[in-house]
Amino acid sequence: MNAIKKILGLIWIALGVSAGIYLIYFQAVPLWEKGGNDLVPAIIYTFVLAPLISIGMSVFGYYSVTGEFDNV
Amino acid sequence: MSQKKQSLAYIISASSVGTLIEWYDFYIFGSLATVLSTKFFPTDNPTAAFLNTLATFAAGFVVRPFGALVFGRLGDLIGRKYTFMVTLMLMGGATFAIGLVPSYATIGGWAPFLVLTLRLLQGLALGGEYGGAATYVAEHSPAERRGFFTSWIQTTATVGLVISLGVIMLTRSTMSKEAFDDYGWRIPFLLSIVMVGLSFLIRRNMEESPMFEKAKKEGTTSTNPLKESFGNKLNLKFVLLALFGATMGQGLVWYTGQFYAQTFLLKICNLDDIQTNTILVIGLLLGTPLFIFFGALSDKIGRKGIMLAGMAIAVFAYRPIFDKMYQTVSVKNKEVVAGSEKIEETRALNTKSTVDSLVTVTTTRTYTDGATYKKVSKLVILADKTAEAPKADVKETITINDSDKWTLIGMVFLLISFVTMAYGPIAAFLVELFPTKIRYTSMSLPYHIGNGIFGGLMPAIATFLVTTAKDANKTAEEAGQAATYAKPYLEGLNYPIALVTVCVIIGFIYIKGDKKHA
Repeated sequence: MNAIKKILGLIWIALGVSAGIYLIYFQAVPLWEKGGNDLVPAIIYTFVLAPLISIGMSVFGYYSVTGEFDNV
Repeated sequence: MSQKKQSLAYIISASSVGTLIEWYDFYIFGSLATVLSTKFFPTDNPTAAFLNTLATFAAGFVVRPFGALVFGRLGDLIGRKYTFMVTLMLMGGATFAIGLVPSYATIGGWAPFLVLTLRLLQGLALGGEYGGAATYVAEHSPAERRGFFTSWIQTTATVGLVISLGVIMLTRSTMSKEAFDDYGWRIPFLLSIVMVGLSFLIRRNMEESPMFEKAKKEGTTSTNPLKESFGNKLNLKFVLLALFGATMGQGLVWYTGQFYAQTFLLKICNLDDIQTNTILVIGLLLGTPLFIFFGALSDKIGRKGIMLAGMAIAVFAYRPIFDKMYQTVSVKNKEVVAGSEKIEETRALNTKSTVDSLVTVTTTRTYTDGATYKKVSKLVILADKTAEAPKADVKETITINDSDKWTLIGMVFLLISFVTMAYGPIAAFLVELFPTKIRYTSMSLPYHIGNGIFGGLMPAIATFLVTTAKDANKTAEEAGQAATYAKPYLEGLNYPIALVTVCVIIGFIYIKGDKKHA
């Protein structure tokens, strides 16, 4: 199971970074450009969800890769 | 009272009542968002006003983790009891004040500013309340029954939502729609001060948590709970595990099954608002006892299995359940009573202009199963024909028969059962994950990020995804192409399904499933 956690850790880091890029580049940027009513989801994606998911998942993944969750 | 050991029943009641009132205060804002948008924001653009109201509603969610940090720290430094007396007063005061804020028509731009400020205070207060109440009850409970006793706290969010809907429906029933829209909407906010006052009287006689008192006597409380919680890798990893392996999924299941179910029926299915709220209230009340059941069950078979099972079942069941709800209400599945369609058109001068006209077209139909359909389309005809014509404001409302109502109640009950599985045991789970000296701080943050941010923003994000899918289909149709999305009304579920799936995987692999708890 510890080996699985280490492999998954890399996946969580990749997922976190990918989610951040997806939310900002593919979702938020077009909304910022459209403006108007679309600014509300743009703000949520850019300042709340993207940082939370990308940083949080990356740190979690890092801990998983470095064995912090081994035998926990 | 300080000389006698307080009974656990008194402790649970005092904690639960206060937490319930705080949930009521928090949810009353969302339940009245449609009315608030007409009061505190400029009314020349109703859609923008509603979205601004949603944003203000959402701001209260986003600020909850900050409340968790502020009050969690306070609770670990000076004690649980005094901290959640402060949060109770703060929430009650902010809610009462919202009921007093003059409208935009009276004080202009100060109105939305004041409402936003008070909403942020509500969010901060709630961020401090839940962690305190759950910690307080858990630290009084015997370890082998912690799930059962803390599950009473877990009922308070749902019951608070039910009471907020009930108070609104009751207030509306005592006056005309015009009177409610004019001033009646303030009553549920103003009522808060009475409820908070009662809760204060109950809570002020509570004693401090025995575990905290013991830690204080032994000198093992924390001098810097924030640093110990999040600046220390040994604890931070459990905070992240609690978030990504439990509360993220649980928060999404909670808001999808309750708030989004309401938004889905109202805004996407266009079901009548009284029928929607009645269905929701009955479904919620029927499901609420399951919080206690699953909380107690977790004492016997462990917390992890029940929480993750609730989330996993939700992932697979969401699309069929929401599809069933949509198809039950949709008039495309019903037969029109021949000759029942009526179309009425009225023309009047637009109240915001002396030259423009307002054309209102009302279409009504009755169906063989007793359902009704009403569409009101308001179009402003500009006197200046060269100016760009505004889009028509269209509102559709469907009412359904009793049999369909019970079908929807059944669907809502299923959604609530997933909520109770994921949420019932989680207070005990979070409390058991962290040591006494930093418990209030450490458990509050993942809880309020999972519920406040991931879950709280769910209805807004999901509604946006549905609108985007519908717009994409409309564009394809106008281009003579096949629709991009077969069921655009289900696209909003992609957000919770994706994140809950990740949470279930992390929870399954990383969280230990011991029955014995510290």
